[in-house]
Amino acid sequence: MPVIEVDALAKVFQVPVRQAGLKASLRSLVHRETRSVAAVAGVTFAVDQGEVVGFLGPNGAGKTTTLKMLSGLLHPSAGTGTVLGHTPARRERAFLGRIALVMGNRNQLQWDLPALDSFELNRAVYGIARADFVRQRDELIELLDLGDLVTKPVRNLSLGERMKAEIAGSLLHRPSVLFLDEPTLGLDVTMQRRIRGFLADYASRHGATILLTSHYMADVEALCRRVVLIHHGSLLFDGELGALADRFSATRTLVVRFADEPPLALDEVGHEVARDGASVTLRVDKARVAAVTGDLLSRYAVADLTIEDPPIDDVIERAFAAPVTP
Amino acid sequence: MSTAPALEPRWRAYLGVYRTMARQSVLVQFQYRVSNLLYMLGMVTEPVVYLVVWSTIARSQGGSIEGYTPGTFAAYYIVWTLVRNMNIVFTPFGWEERVRTGELSGQLLRPLHPIHYDLAAFAGWKLVVIVLWLPIAAGLTAVFHPDLHPDALQVAVFLVAIWGAYLIRSLLLWVLGLVTLWTTRVTALYEAWFTAELLLSGRLVPLALMPGWVRTLSWLLPFRWAFGFPITALVGPIDRTALLGGLAMQALWIAVASGAVALVWRAGIKRYGAVGG
Repeated sequence: MPVIEVDALAKVFQVPVRQAGLKASLRSLVHRETRSVAAVAGVTFAVDQGEVVGFLGPNGAGKTTTLKMLSGLLHPSAGTGTVLGHTPARRERAFLGRIALVMGNRNQLQWDLPALDSFELNRAVYGIARADFVRQRDELIELLDLGDLVTKPVRNLSLGERMKAEIAGSLLHRPSVLFLDEPTLGLDVTMQRRIRGFLADYASRHGATILLTSHYMADVEALCRRVVLIHHGSLLFDGELGALADRFSATRTLVVRFADEPPLALDEVGHEVARDGASVTLRVDKARVAAVTGDLLSRYAVADLTIEDPPIDDVIERAFAAPVTP
Repeated sequence: MSTAPALEPRWRAYLGVYRTMARQSVLVQFQYRVSNLLYMLGMVTEPVVYLVVWSTIARSQGGSIEGYTPGTFAAYYIVWTLVRNMNIVFTPFGWEERVRTGELSGQLLRPLHPIHYDLAAFAGWKLVVIVLWLPIAAGLTAVFHPDLHPDALQVAVFLVAIWGAYLIRSLLLWVLGLVTLWTTRVTALYEAWFTAELLLSGRLVPLALMPGWVRTLSWLLPFRWAFGFPITALVGPIDRTALLGGLAMQALWIAVASGAVALVWRAGIKRYGAVGG
C-alpha cells in the first residue's frame, strides 16, 4: 500500500521580471512584471511502505520543490499529494511527527550549542518519552559514530560531522517517511559511504520509506532499487534502476581480456573506449551484443569477457539530454 | 518493522518545549555575557538622556511638571530600562531574514507552531536580562536617587505586567513580521509602527505629560499596555482600579494579538516560498 501518493502535483511560482538598469528599475515601480515558472508540472507517482526510491533530475528539475510540497513546506498550485494518508500542506501534528526532511545544505541544529542540546529540544518538540529518547539518541550516536562530537558546539564541527549530527537529530522521533535532499552533499568519500550504510540500515530496520535526491550516483546505486527521473518539472522515468540502461542507453560495454596480445584494431566490432594491457573496453550497440560476442570468441583467444551496462551517470546524462516525453 | 517511540501528553510536551528553549536561550546568552552586558549598558544612554532633560525642565519649573519631580522621573526612567529590555522581541527584521533565506523551513518541519520557539527563546533571554539589569539599576539608583515607594499590589501587578507587555509586543510584531510573506521586505512598515510606538507608549515621554487627546488615543492602542502601563504600575501614582484595569487591557490585547497571529499565519503561510532550503 502506498505511503506516498502524488497525483498531477504541480507548483508554479510567480517570479518578478525586470531588465537591468535604472530605467527598467524605475519602470518596475509603476508596472511590476511577473512570469509564471512551473517548477513542477504535474507529476504522478506512488511509493510503497519500506521502498527506498531515488528521485533524480538535473539542477532546477523540480526535485527539491516536490520534496518541499510532500513535507508540507510548500502549498501545491495544482494536483494532490498525500503522505501517510495526510495532506502535507495542512501540517498536522500527527503528520509532522512521522516524517523528516534532511537537506544537505541546511542546518537545523542550534549553532552555538552542542548537538546534544538540540537533540534535547527535539525530544521536547516531538514529545518523546525520556526513556525512549535516551535509547534512540544513544543508538544513533553509536551507529553514526558521533562519540564526543555531540558535546561540541555545532559551529565547531566540520561539514561531515555536522551532517551526521543533523541526521541523528532528524531521526530521534523515528520517522516512518524520510525525505533526503542531497544528504551527502560536499562530504568526502568515507563520510558518504558511512552515511549511505547508515541510511540503508535505518530503512531496513525500521521499515522506513525513503525518497532520496542526490547527484552522487553512488548514493543511488547503494540505496535505491527504484528511481524516478524528473526533468523540467515533468516525470521522465519511473522504474527499476536496472531498467534505466535499457530505456535510455542504446549501447552496452564489453570488457575483453585477451589471452595473447590484443588485436590492434577492433573498430569493425565496436567503438574502442579504453585499452589497458591485454584488456580492451568496447562500446557496442545493444542489438549487436550477441553477434559481436560470438565473433570475438570465434576469432580471438579470449581469456575473459564481461558485458556491462554503461555507467549509471552516463545513462542518466543521456536521459536528461533526450526530449521530454512523459 | 520497529514501533514508533512512546509520546508524552501534548500539554507536557509544550511545557517541555518552553522549559528546554528557555534553558537553552539562557545557555547561549551566558556564552555572550560580556556582549549582553555591554549591550544593556548601551541601552541605558537613551533613558538617561530623557531623565536628565526632564529633570532639568522640572527643576526650572519650580521642582515638578504635572506632579513629576526629578525623583519621580528617576524612578520612571530606571524602571523604563527594565521594561524596555522586556520589550525586545523577535522583530520584523528577523522575519525578513527568515523568509528571504528560507530559515523558517526548519521550524515548519516540526510539529509545533513556530511562534512558540520565539516566545520561549526570548523569555529565556529575559531571565538573563533581569539578572544583568540589577547592577545597572543599582548604579542608576545611586546616581539619580529615584522616588519609588510601591505597595505590595503595585509590585505584584508590575511583575505580571512586564510579562504581559512582553507577550503583547511579541505577538503584534509577529503579525507585522508575517507581512514579509507577502512583501519580502517590511522595514518601512516597521519604521512607521516604531514611530507611533515611540510617541504613544510612554517611551519618549511619560504619557501623563502628553496632551489629553494623545492620552485618550493611547488607551485605544496597544503601545501603552506594552510599555507605559508596567512602568506606571510600579512608579505610580495609580489606584487599584487602574492597576487591575490595566491588566485587563493587557489580557484583551493578548487575546486580540493571538487571534491576529492565527489569522495572518493561516493566510500567509500558503505564500511561503521556502527558498534556499
